[in-house]
Amino acid sequence: MTRYILRRLAISFGVLFVGSFLLYIMVINSGDPLEDLRQSTASNRDVLIQGRIDTMGLDLPWYQRYWDWLTGVAGCFTGNCDLGTDQTGTDVLSMLEQAATATLRLVTIATFAAIIIGIIVGILTAIRQYSGFDYAVTFLTFLFFSLPVFWAAVLLKEYGAIRFNDWIADPQISVLQAFIVGAVLAFILQAVMGGSMRRRLFTAGATGAFSVIALLYFTYVGWWRSPALGPVIVILVSLAFAVGLVALFAGLGKRRVLYATLTTVGVGSVLYFALAPLLEEPNWWLLLGLLVSAVVVGLVVGYFWGGYSRGQAMAMSAITAVFMAGMTFADHLVYAWHGFLELKPRPISTIGASTPNFQGDFWETTLDWGTQLILPTILLTLISVATYSRYTRSSMLETMNQDYVRTARSKGLSERTVITKHAFRNALIPITTIIALDFAALIGGAVITETVFGWNGMGAMFREGLDHVDPNPVMAFFLVTGTAAVVMNLVADLAYASLDPRIRR
Amino acid sequence: MSEERRDSAMQGSPEPLPHAGVEIDEPKFADKSYSQGQLVRRRFFRHKGALAGLAVLILITLLAFTSIGIGPLPGWWDKDFTTTGSVINGGRPTMGWFYLGEHPFGQDTTGRDYFAMVMRGTQISLVIAFTVGILSTIIGTLIGAIAGYYRGWTESLLMRVTDLFIIIPLLVFAAVLGQIAGGAGIFALAVALAFVTWTGLARLVRGEVLSLREREFVSAAQAIGTGSWRIIMRHILPNTIGVIIVATTFAIASAILLETSLSFLGFGVQPPDISLGSLISDYQTAFTSRPWLFWFPGLFILAIALSVNFIGDGLRDAFDPRQGKDG
Repeated sequence: MTRYILRRLAISFGVLFVGSFLLYIMVINSGDPLEDLRQSTASNRDVLIQGRIDTMGLDLPWYQRYWDWLTGVAGCFTGNCDLGTDQTGTDVLSMLEQAATATLRLVTIATFAAIIIGIIVGILTAIRQYSGFDYAVTFLTFLFFSLPVFWAAVLLKEYGAIRFNDWIADPQISVLQAFIVGAVLAFILQAVMGGSMRRRLFTAGATGAFSVIALLYFTYVGWWRSPALGPVIVILVSLAFAVGLVALFAGLGKRRVLYATLTTVGVGSVLYFALAPLLEEPNWWLLLGLLVSAVVVGLVVGYFWGGYSRGQAMAMSAITAVFMAGMTFADHLVYAWHGFLELKPRPISTIGASTPNFQGDFWETTLDWGTQLILPTILLTLISVATYSRYTRSSMLETMNQDYVRTARSKGLSERTVITKHAFRNALIPITTIIALDFAALIGGAVITETVFGWNGMGAMFREGLDHVDPNPVMAFFLVTGTAAVVMNLVADLAYASLDPRIRR
Repeated sequence: MSEERRDSAMQGSPEPLPHAGVEIDEPKFADKSYSQGQLVRRRFFRHKGALAGLAVLILITLLAFTSIGIGPLPGWWDKDFTTTGSVINGGRPTMGWFYLGEHPFGQDTTGRDYFAMVMRGTQISLVIAFTVGILSTIIGTLIGAIAGYYRGWTESLLMRVTDLFIIIPLLVFAAVLGQIAGGAGIFALAVALAFVTWTGLARLVRGEVLSLREREFVSAAQAIGTGSWRIIMRHILPNTIGVIIVATTFAIASAILLETSLSFLGFGVQPPDISLGSLISDYQTAFTSRPWLFWFPGLFILAIALSVNFIGDGLRDAFDPRQGKDG
């Protein structure tokens, strides 16, 4: 297997090399890099032109320019990177460092959100094929898939940002609005849950009543401007998550798995209080370390409870631990919202990846990033969710009609086991390919999103570079996206091979 | 035909006999036999979403091509998309519930008739989308099937070419090609876009073929001496038709979005040509002052892409009776 991976990597980097060559040649031949200067009426026009020719090396032959760029990139392996300069002489590497973090943050979050939401929605629609819920989701995914990103972005700016900012200045929800929201939520949830008429009515009633009361209560206590979760909610939600997870994937009958996840929640609650002083002013490395230790705690708890279902107990406990860590994170973040609103009265602004000159503690800075991220992320996620859920649904329906699923049903396995163990695992095979390929496409999509939302990310680098027939910024963009695509493809191949042993190597 | 049936019988469950499916579906027709094409057509016309999509698409196509005419052929709309004029009533749309008025979609800032401009944009976007979708499906299917079936060096070579297209992000490749081809007209742009959009489908088809070629019915066909080309065309590809059709509809829809995105970024359709994308990019800042300049082209893109997707959905259900209501 190691040999296979190494061979794959070698080939991929070969392809990357050929790709860089092709792209470089195409970019430098896509137009006239001196066009704007030729048309200028400045008195020192010739000096400017000569200056740009020197900076960009336009007097050198194409192979010489490519070779200079390539040797600069090769320097990255020995520690002195040189990605060249753009047409004004700015170092591309320092430009890239700023741009890449903003873009990768956006794309990574959007990918994970889209995978999780897309697969869940896809499975639900496949299970409830031809129900009202299925038709509604089908229509919505088609709608999202057909949305032009930049068009939707302008709509989202108007309705998601400007109206929200107006509302948060004085958040009021009238009784009528609360009832409308409650009714909509109730309708959606009963459609998702399905079942007999009585069960549907019960689901709808409970959801509607809960959301109306919650909305009115939140408004009454001023929760929208100074929200808080608090330990009780964190622990209760984590408990519910643990039980739900076990019920869905293992079955509550497996006591050891259930106890393992519950113990994890118990350990997590202790840590919630123990770590509170540490989380006053953390940094990202500390948080990452805590996340890793959460996984370890989950695995250890699962290992000791596990017994005959050790693997499952470890996986479920680890997932529960990660969820609880996320809840704790959210708890601190939500708590900082009030102070954040004081610093930034109109929280969602439509330009840029972060507010310039924003001064705040760790949580407030994170909130600032988050509020800038939310609209582009929603856009990118919606569009990918449409793709993923369609493919998941189609592939689930395919596997659900296979013989082995019928066999599994006829030997008396519960529907849950049939779906999670037999159908879903096989349905994953085509989905892995789509997700891996989509990552590079998402970065491409980020180019548009960044343009509309005025981010100074890699997209802007690429667009301006191509506009000015300036190869170095374009090639820097290509290096990052190309490497990401190579890695994702490798992951897809490995996942494919491990999920479907029928495919011979 | 008879051979194909024998074949389906051999492979057993994965692809049930079409007739078996219909007998469960419609008992009253059980005594009649239908050809594959008739069955597909019948199932397609029962799919309401697909029919609505087809109707909308035909309507939009007719509207776009008859209203302002194509090339030398005149249309029934008396204004064209280049003549400027005086701006009446701030360029507001004159369209009501039962009448069109002088400028149904309003006027742009220089007084051009916005209806004619949107129609022109629709024409160009439609032509590009369909050219790209069909071309890229043909290329992708052939390359994917050959790579999946023959394996060996053909596969490595083809997959390296595919990898090349995959690691250069689609939008980047398309933007660079669009920058080069943009001046040469919309067909050059369409071919350039088809040249970069086939790779996803090729990967998908290859994956399917890889799995199908290990099945018994392929071995059976090989055992009786069927040629490779015939196995691919008659035995393997028909089994991947669902995947191909879903991907084609997505390809056409995404071709519209790709072209409009490129035009929005300035690397696609170049002036004086108009596409729905360049209209939006020209007037995106007008949302607060002249919202109609922003709404109409966007709604047309949505309507076209949506109807294409619904048609594809209906086609998939029609080709794949396994996913029927009783499945």
